[in-house]
Amino acid sequence: MLKTLKKIVLGAGLGMFLFSCQSNDENIVNVYTHRHYEADQQLFDKFSEQTGIKVNVVSASADELIQKLELEGAGSPADVLITVDAGRLFRAEDKDLLQQISSDVLEKNIPEKYRSPSGKWFGLTYRARILAYSKERVNPGELTTYEDLADPKWNGRVLTRSSENIYNQSLLASLLLANGEENATEWAKAVLGNMPRSPKGNDRDQVKAVAAGEGDVAIVNTYYIGIMLNDSNAEERKAAEQVGIFFPNQEDRGTHVNISGAGVTKHAPHRENAIKLLEFLSEAEAQSILANINFEYPVNLNVEHSDLLKSWGDFKADEINLARLGAKNKDAVMIFDRVGWK
Amino acid sequence: MDITKQNYYWWNKWSGAAVIILIVIAVPVFTIFFKIFEPPGNSWKHLSENLLAGYFLDTILLLFGVAFFTFLIGVTTAWLVSNYDFPGRRYFEWLLILPLGFPGYIMAYTYTGMLDYAGPIQSFLRNTLDIQVTGSLLDIMNLPGAIFILSITLFPYVFVISRSSFLQQSKTLQEASALLGSSRWRTFQKVALPLARPAIVGGIALASMEVLNDYGTVKYFGVNTFTTGIFRAWFSMGDATTAIYLSAILMLFVFTILYLESLQRGNRQFGNANSLTKPLERVHINWQKKAVFTTFCTVLFLISFLIPLIQIIYWVILTYEKVINYDFFLLIFRSFSLAAGTGVGVVILSIVLLYALRLSPFKWMKNVTKIATLGYAIPGAVIAVGIMVPLLGFDKWVTGIISPGNIRLLLSRTLFGLVFAYIVRFMAVGYNPIDSGFQKIGIHINEASRLLGKGSTKTLWKIDLPLIKPSLFSGILLVFVDVLKELPLTLILRPFNYHTLATKAFDMATNEMIAESANAALIIILTGIIPIIFLNRMIRRKEA
Repeated sequence: MLKTLKKIVLGAGLGMFLFSCQSNDENIVNVYTHRHYEADQQLFDKFSEQTGIKVNVVSASADELIQKLELEGAGSPADVLITVDAGRLFRAEDKDLLQQISSDVLEKNIPEKYRSPSGKWFGLTYRARILAYSKERVNPGELTTYEDLADPKWNGRVLTRSSENIYNQSLLASLLLANGEENATEWAKAVLGNMPRSPKGNDRDQVKAVAAGEGDVAIVNTYYIGIMLNDSNAEERKAAEQVGIFFPNQEDRGTHVNISGAGVTKHAPHRENAIKLLEFLSEAEAQSILANINFEYPVNLNVEHSDLLKSWGDFKADEINLARLGAKNKDAVMIFDRVGWK
Repeated sequence: MDITKQNYYWWNKWSGAAVIILIVIAVPVFTIFFKIFEPPGNSWKHLSENLLAGYFLDTILLLFGVAFFTFLIGVTTAWLVSNYDFPGRRYFEWLLILPLGFPGYIMAYTYTGMLDYAGPIQSFLRNTLDIQVTGSLLDIMNLPGAIFILSITLFPYVFVISRSSFLQQSKTLQEASALLGSSRWRTFQKVALPLARPAIVGGIALASMEVLNDYGTVKYFGVNTFTTGIFRAWFSMGDATTAIYLSAILMLFVFTILYLESLQRGNRQFGNANSLTKPLERVHINWQKKAVFTTFCTVLFLISFLIPLIQIIYWVILTYEKVINYDFFLLIFRSFSLAAGTGVGVVILSIVLLYALRLSPFKWMKNVTKIATLGYAIPGAVIAVGIMVPLLGFDKWVTGIISPGNIRLLLSRTLFGLVFAYIVRFMAVGYNPIDSGFQKIGIHINEASRLLGKGSTKTLWKIDLPLIKPSLFSGILLVFVDVLKELPLTLILRPFNYHTLATKAFDMATNEMIAESANAALIIILTGIIPIIFLNRMIRRKEA
């Protein structure tokens, strides 16, 4: 009885095993992506057109994709992982989910600070985490650095989202590397004390709260302002028009930036196609589409910035390699939890 | 004399099948139970030092808040519609059940969209009246907001149960109370409420289970309950053991509620000895009171159902051209077939279990088969974790035998795990109607068929099932609707690239596409209303 049962189970397992071992020489590339913009699809279509490689897309949240890659292990059908923030790419690298790629095209197109030193992931676009201030109540001359937001003069005026958000985690990681753990902890505590309300909502909500007069300065990513200025809802546009953009830390290390990026998965069944896709995404044509979809900065220096980005002017970005921020992500999360920044 | 039972062996193919079903269904609970004894994962220390107290606090405040408000709203409305005559009363009897069709998470982001800075209310105040609302006045994304949202979607549980309890109460008792000089209020307090207590507490217990199960609302509002903690441990920290520790604590909450509920019920009988009591006659009241009662019920209905529904329909009108395409129909088709398939699966398993019980000579079998329905009390996230872990173990075991070193995912990458989890979670929903169906037709008709020489399978097929067709149908329908609404479990177990209407709606809403998400939401709500109307009709027929 037990023997037959074992036979049945193994037989069924073998069947499923063969089923899941589809041939790998198909001309496809499987992408796990965290981005869900329609224009991304247009970009993939263009890639298929040029190369004849079909792009299969699976979209889910980044944490979910990383966790599923981990569970799937060697059986994973994924070739490329696309996500935002170096913190997440680092986590994927740290869990040994990505493989090293050496490609002259990628190295030429992408500045060194926007890719992992190990060659396991590559930035595609970057965005700055800036201060959006009320044009009515704040004189831009008052603003200087992220560190300055801990000053008592900002009491009841600083707005930002929860610490569960990876953008805030990476920002704190950059402060941690610049000023040390003790100072970063003090900073987090003081900024939390300067907030008029508990951290909540997304970046757009912070801008709207400034417009509503709940606070005066919001820590947000640049592209959210772009999205709001182009929203179909007039109220969103009006809110975004009430804030000015300030790039902090221009006198010292520069404004904190982060990336959206991609890597080839460790067990990629279509490795060559995956590399082709990454190279395609780093070239000027794709870069300008990719960046413009979402009002981001292209990593490729040969690509012109969109008019909106030009209107904000040039700025000095923090030169630190983003991989180092990823490595400090866990410490940053623990600081947030310790000081009670929800 | 029970001749037939002698011919039945206590062990037959039905009881064999029933035992297997019960064991498989108990897998998630056992998994969690055994995993508690493993050493904690690496995030546990950090989590227990910094976050655990917050999880406890938020979970308990949410539970008490929702319990209090569902009690207040549910009992008040139930008392009004069962005791007084006021304009619209007959409609409110079923209109006030409709909010149950609104999943909490959809209600949550509908209200967020309405009260937002760029939403209709603030825009109107700002642009027309020149009032800028600041501070927490219209801010709903917090713990009180979550209590509000869950209370207005869950109060119908208390309303329905206490209403039928008030209606069943003997008129004689209340008349006696009135004759002894009690006011209406005192009668309510001293006679009606205590008599209805077990029912009301039962309703609140049901609502509390839903609160513990909720993920969408609390996640969206940034309230940190155990369910969000499980997601954080499982996804952000990638730590299954910590997720299981949290699941185990959450289960303790569930068992405490179930225990308190059974404790207050005790062994006492609260029914009427005399089943021929006259129904309560409704009290006629002056027009001022009528106006107050009608207004109260209308406002409640507007807040808990009509206004959010109108907002959703408005969003659909704004966005349907962008959203409704081939993929959207594919999404509907997938969700519906998944829900229908699970419905049929649950009903077939329930039939096997209940038929085994029907043929069994032992009374205690009833308590054994009841085990299958425990899943309804277990939060979806817990079931998901309890299923994911053994499935992965199974995959590793099988592929390890076939080709060592090359582990592939078989079951855990398919719909199998998801449907399995749905069945565990919603077994009770299909089981109970079939149970009452079987009880209604009695055993004698089955025994007659067996005496005439037909086998147990043939009898089931030819005699029993045709007789309980309506129960089968309502079993499938109820499971169907619950699967369609389900969120936390689906988020954890769905295969790649696989969305249901619920996950799609939630995904869009959390990605700042609230208006677009309304399309999927509307389908879920409208489907959810069908069984409510259907069941209300059945109740009506019974009352008539």
